[in-house]
Amino acid sequence: MAQINRLTKTATKRIQRNPYNALAAILVMFLTFFVGAIFILVSLASNVIIHYYETRPQVTAFLKDDTSLEQIEEIKNNVSKIPSVTNTKHISKEEALEIYRERNKNEPALLEFVTADILPASVEVSGNKIGDFEKIANALKSEPQVSKVVYYQEIIDTLIKVTSTVRLVGFIIVSFLLLTSVVVTLIVVGLNISLHKEEIEIMKLVGATKAYVRTPFIIEGIAYGFISALLAMGILIILYPFISPALQKQFEPIPLLPSDPLVFLLILGAEMFLGLLIGSFGAWVATRRYLEI
Amino acid sequence: MIQFSGVSKKYYDNYALENLDLEIPDGEFVFLIGHSGAGKSTLLKLLIREEVPTAGKVMVDEWDVSNLEEKHIPVLRRKVGTIFQDFKLLPQRTVFENVAFPLEVMGLEDSDISETANEALKLVNLQDKAGHFPSQLSGGEAQRTSIARAVVLRPEIVLADEPTGNLDPQSAWEVMQLLTKVNSLGSTVIMATHNLDITSSLPHRRVQIEKGKIVKDSRQKGTKDQKEEKERLTETKESKN
Repeated sequence: MAQINRLTKTATKRIQRNPYNALAAILVMFLTFFVGAIFILVSLASNVIIHYYETRPQVTAFLKDDTSLEQIEEIKNNVSKIPSVTNTKHISKEEALEIYRERNKNEPALLEFVTADILPASVEVSGNKIGDFEKIANALKSEPQVSKVVYYQEIIDTLIKVTSTVRLVGFIIVSFLLLTSVVVTLIVVGLNISLHKEEIEIMKLVGATKAYVRTPFIIEGIAYGFISALLAMGILIILYPFISPALQKQFEPIPLLPSDPLVFLLILGAEMFLGLLIGSFGAWVATRRYLEI
Repeated sequence: MIQFSGVSKKYYDNYALENLDLEIPDGEFVFLIGHSGAGKSTLLKLLIREEVPTAGKVMVDEWDVSNLEEKHIPVLRRKVGTIFQDFKLLPQRTVFENVAFPLEVMGLEDSDISETANEALKLVNLQDKAGHFPSQLSGGEAQRTSIARAVVLRPEIVLADEPTGNLDPQSAWEVMQLLTKVNSLGSTVIMATHNLDITSSLPHRRVQIEKGKIVKDSRQKGTKDQKEEKERLTETKESKN
């Protein structure tokens, strides 16, 4: 333990003596983790949006005004015969008005002159198989009392495509940044090795093992990783309360962004672990390359 | 016992050492004499595995240094203290910290390090300079610091490569007295030098090297130096026991 403390002090002194080298490594890794955290949040938000639409009544059949309750029951029974249908629900004109008022309660101009007579009744059909939406829609369209059928299939398909693209682009960018971080750490630690060549030579002459010579540089690399991860998450947490309300408003009523602190702790934990890996790997490669040990 | 058996070291087409045989018993003080480029430093480097012989064997006690596994090299180097012409002190550490360095590498506790380093500083009479930095020392003081660092682990062997090369005559003699003292405490001392004033004034074994070969060894039967050296070695062994 005393030895680890000693080696950590050595690493700390070296960082203090060459602060600009340390800053270069930390800034590059900070960028990696900051961008990485943003992409994680974007990915989470995409999942929330897709899940929202997947759990909504996916197919809505609007009914003609003269549709009787018996006819509505018949429509529900007919469509329920499709195996992937999980639920059918009749929304009356009055219920439709309540829903409309709730959604637009902050927009009084939209509530003026709107009555139950204007809004159509509907049957909402939920299913557990995206591929059957078209089948359900066609079944409803064939009912004579149905005036219009709407379903979220296209929205979901588009969302899935966009999300996949965003994830792929994010993965490529973050991977590139990760590689840059490793290389920059390697260069910075390599620079520090050359600055301490004399000290290292004497260490080897007095009987220092490879591990003793290498360890302070590995600790240095790990320190860069930890500091960058903390900095990236710290800044994100500071900015989050300012950015998230505006974003949330755009996507109402979907609860787009996480509010649970555990999510941020998990992202921080993952990034600190990644920082440890990147920092130690970059430093290890540098010691192998430049120390000839 | 240190033993060189048929040792050669070749750099490209040149032999730094050629088919060299040399035995150095425990506790001996040996001067390696020769001009620059004679092979003195190469011989010392072979002892601490800083170089590997092209041919032959280097033995330190039961250790075959020439074929030593990498993981054992640090262990070997802890048995050997080294002193250099240019001192090789760490400029950003104090005298005390420089002397304590090998003890830190060994992983000793802070209290043990403090006690042992202070003993070494006492040996070289630099207690009052413990807090100074190398840039604040004279040449003689810097070399004494280097000696303290070399002996702080009480090594069995001390190698000195031109330790008086950068010093004025008085400082040079102070260093020689210290090395003689170190030798009297039981360490084998091998000193490479081309300072004939020093080598001719002290009754230690002289091994002369020219172009990588031993041309003269005062440790021949019947020589005055050999007899004095033998008596001194006997006294040293008795005091150790």
